[in-house]
Amino acid sequence: MSKIESGYTKENLPLSVQKIGMILAGIGLVLGVAGFLVNSYRASYAYLVSYLFFLSIAVGSLFLVALEYAANADWSTPFRRISEFFAAALPLLLIFVIPLFFNTGKLFLWSHSSYIHSDSMLEAKSAYLNTPFFMVRVIVIILIWCAFYWLITKNSRKQDSVQDQLLTKRNITISVIFMPIFAVTITLIAVDWIMSLESKWFSTIFGVYLFAGVVWSSLAALTLTALILKGKGYLHSAIGKDHFYSLGTLMFAFTVFWGYIAFSQYMLVWYGNLPDETFWYMQRWDGGWKLISLLLIVTHFIVPFFGLLSYEAKTNFKRLKFMSIWILCVHFLDLYWLIIPSMSRTDHIYSFSWIDFVYPIFFVGILILVFNKMTEKTNLVPVGDPKLERGLNFHL
Amino acid sequence: MANKKLYSLAALFKTPDEIINAAKKTTAAGYKKFDVNTPYPMHGMDRAMGMGQSKIGFVTLFFGLSGATFIFLFMWWCYAVSYNLVVGGKPFFAAPAFIPITFEITVLFGAISTVVGMIAVYFKLPDNAHPLHDTEYMKAVSADKYGLVIEAEDEKFDKAEVTEFLKKLGAYKIDSIYFPEPEKYRMFAPKFILFLIVVAALTSGLTYVTLNKLMYITPFDWMDYQSKLSAQEGSSIFANGEGMRPPVEGTIARGYMPYPYKGEANPTQVLSNPTIPTKPILDLGKRKFLTFCSPCHGNFGNGDSRLQGQFPSGPTLHSEKIINYPDGRIYHIITDGQNAMPSYARQITRDERWAIIDYIRVLQRAENAKESDLKLANKESVSNVQN
Repeated sequence: MSKIESGYTKENLPLSVQKIGMILAGIGLVLGVAGFLVNSYRASYAYLVSYLFFLSIAVGSLFLVALEYAANADWSTPFRRISEFFAAALPLLLIFVIPLFFNTGKLFLWSHSSYIHSDSMLEAKSAYLNTPFFMVRVIVIILIWCAFYWLITKNSRKQDSVQDQLLTKRNITISVIFMPIFAVTITLIAVDWIMSLESKWFSTIFGVYLFAGVVWSSLAALTLTALILKGKGYLHSAIGKDHFYSLGTLMFAFTVFWGYIAFSQYMLVWYGNLPDETFWYMQRWDGGWKLISLLLIVTHFIVPFFGLLSYEAKTNFKRLKFMSIWILCVHFLDLYWLIIPSMSRTDHIYSFSWIDFVYPIFFVGILILVFNKMTEKTNLVPVGDPKLERGLNFHL
Repeated sequence: MANKKLYSLAALFKTPDEIINAAKKTTAAGYKKFDVNTPYPMHGMDRAMGMGQSKIGFVTLFFGLSGATFIFLFMWWCYAVSYNLVVGGKPFFAAPAFIPITFEITVLFGAISTVVGMIAVYFKLPDNAHPLHDTEYMKAVSADKYGLVIEAEDEKFDKAEVTEFLKKLGAYKIDSIYFPEPEKYRMFAPKFILFLIVVAALTSGLTYVTLNKLMYITPFDWMDYQSKLSAQEGSSIFANGEGMRPPVEGTIARGYMPYPYKGEANPTQVLSNPTIPTKPILDLGKRKFLTFCSPCHGNFGNGDSRLQGQFPSGPTLHSEKIINYPDGRIYHIITDGQNAMPSYARQITRDERWAIIDYIRVLQRAENAKESDLKLANKESVSNVQN
């Protein structure tokens, strides 16, 4: 144990990290406000895309932490803090959701009580799809996530000093409880924020679709951060090829999982050929969207599939870093593809707008700031975790 | 023993730590041809043995991709080229429907080729004998011991030196493993060939008897053969030897109405429409039109066939020529056929044919609606709403 402890010395990240975060968040904030002033309709959709990107990484990281405890995995223990730090962004979701709450009228057709009375289908759905219940749902879901984040990380942090094995046991119980709750809440988020943009469309696999993207992107965020920290020497020196190989394998697995789910959804709609379902895909095919739909297949499945297939690719840090950045970008594209075509005022015809690409700058800046803030208080490696030694000695 | 060729020295160890350590030391000592046998896969062993990445993945990749390409092209050829089949109203080349099968075959080809490739490469097929088979060493390492084998073919191999080396590593037992007596392959022994021939003859004989004789034995044939004439059967009762009797000349079927203009070009003068286009008549006409006429002439008689080119499309029914046809002319065409259109006399009764003609007239009127009709229709709809 003593050998391990000596292997890690806590160091604060350089000041430039905070500077970069501040600059990105600042630029994003200024341009974002400008975007709302120029075209608040487009801006609310663009903001929703980036908000969900932010949400993906925050809650996906919490899922990865819980997954490690639930599966009793030890190879990922040396990385766990990185995911914990990203999950620290969860409480911010409550603040950043406010602009969306003020713009529900622009986003959701069902939020217009005068409109839904003219449509029997929307009227039938209004018991679920109505603004007050929607807001309560979203807030409760985020609070549940925050609660689990608090419960898990509190034990994890406490372990650094007391090194109590019981805390790991307690976290396993919490994580196992979190799993089914996460499954339900992420489905509700997918239905509420994305599927209800087209209030008449439905797909029962949609929650799983978002889940695949969420885990995929948070794995990429974890890998990218771990690689950068490893390159600069902030991580434990025993973390090596085999650890990153495993991360690469998981990213590869979720690439295939996403492809499987996305195709399952498409094929059932295509086979059924019912107008109530096909119109959603037609919106993403007509009016210039065809190119982006095809681009998504190539960038979201084919490139990462072959890019991460071989052993060499998963152990080559440069390649792995490139693929993680790629995955983060493509997850943004995926959300973009899910949300922007539903803008009804543009007649579903694709038009480029700078506003769409402003908010991710802001949220990436916020993620960097949150991460940096967390590194100041907490060790980057869970030094008190009983699984750490096995994790560091992990070899294939 | 003396004339046997030495295959290797095999050392047994008691703990996993010892074997990992031994593998590392053996690699460091420069031995190339050695192997480790453990009762279960051990993490870190590949590295301890200094092994590179296995190349078997390329076999999987190659065969997986070949399988995907093969099955995709195969389905394309089956459904879009060789035998066009409409499934669920999809195009012949229905790529999304092919994906699940492509996926399955990719996995199947990849998996089978990996297993076969591994067996072929590691077992050196077709020879599957190995000197380590049936040794005390192999029994020990398949139970609870850890073994390391240094082959005699290794460049650095020297029996005394290796024994000393293995002892130093902590082996509690060292065996010398010899190549087994080369087996004489008795594949072409006359007895074996005869056996094969007998098996082949028996199998094909039994198959033949089962499929052609046993399966045709009728358990009960009490009612299969009766003393009555079947249709088309000959008979000696009648002078001409035919079992079937033609009807008396001049007989007609019940309800049969002769059609005397069969084959004539234009017998319009003598045919006139006996129906009055009431709602029930038009409904009947519409139903029959959609059933029998629309496949070629289109749902609204525009000549846009529903069969998508699988049968020659019928002409539009809204041409000047057909609008000006008298009812009788159309009746004659339905009854007798014209050009590619066959006679529909057997499918559509006389009354139904007239009803169809009434409905065609409605379609023609609707296609050539006038401004005044619109006003009329508006008036009607307004009055309907008020009602």
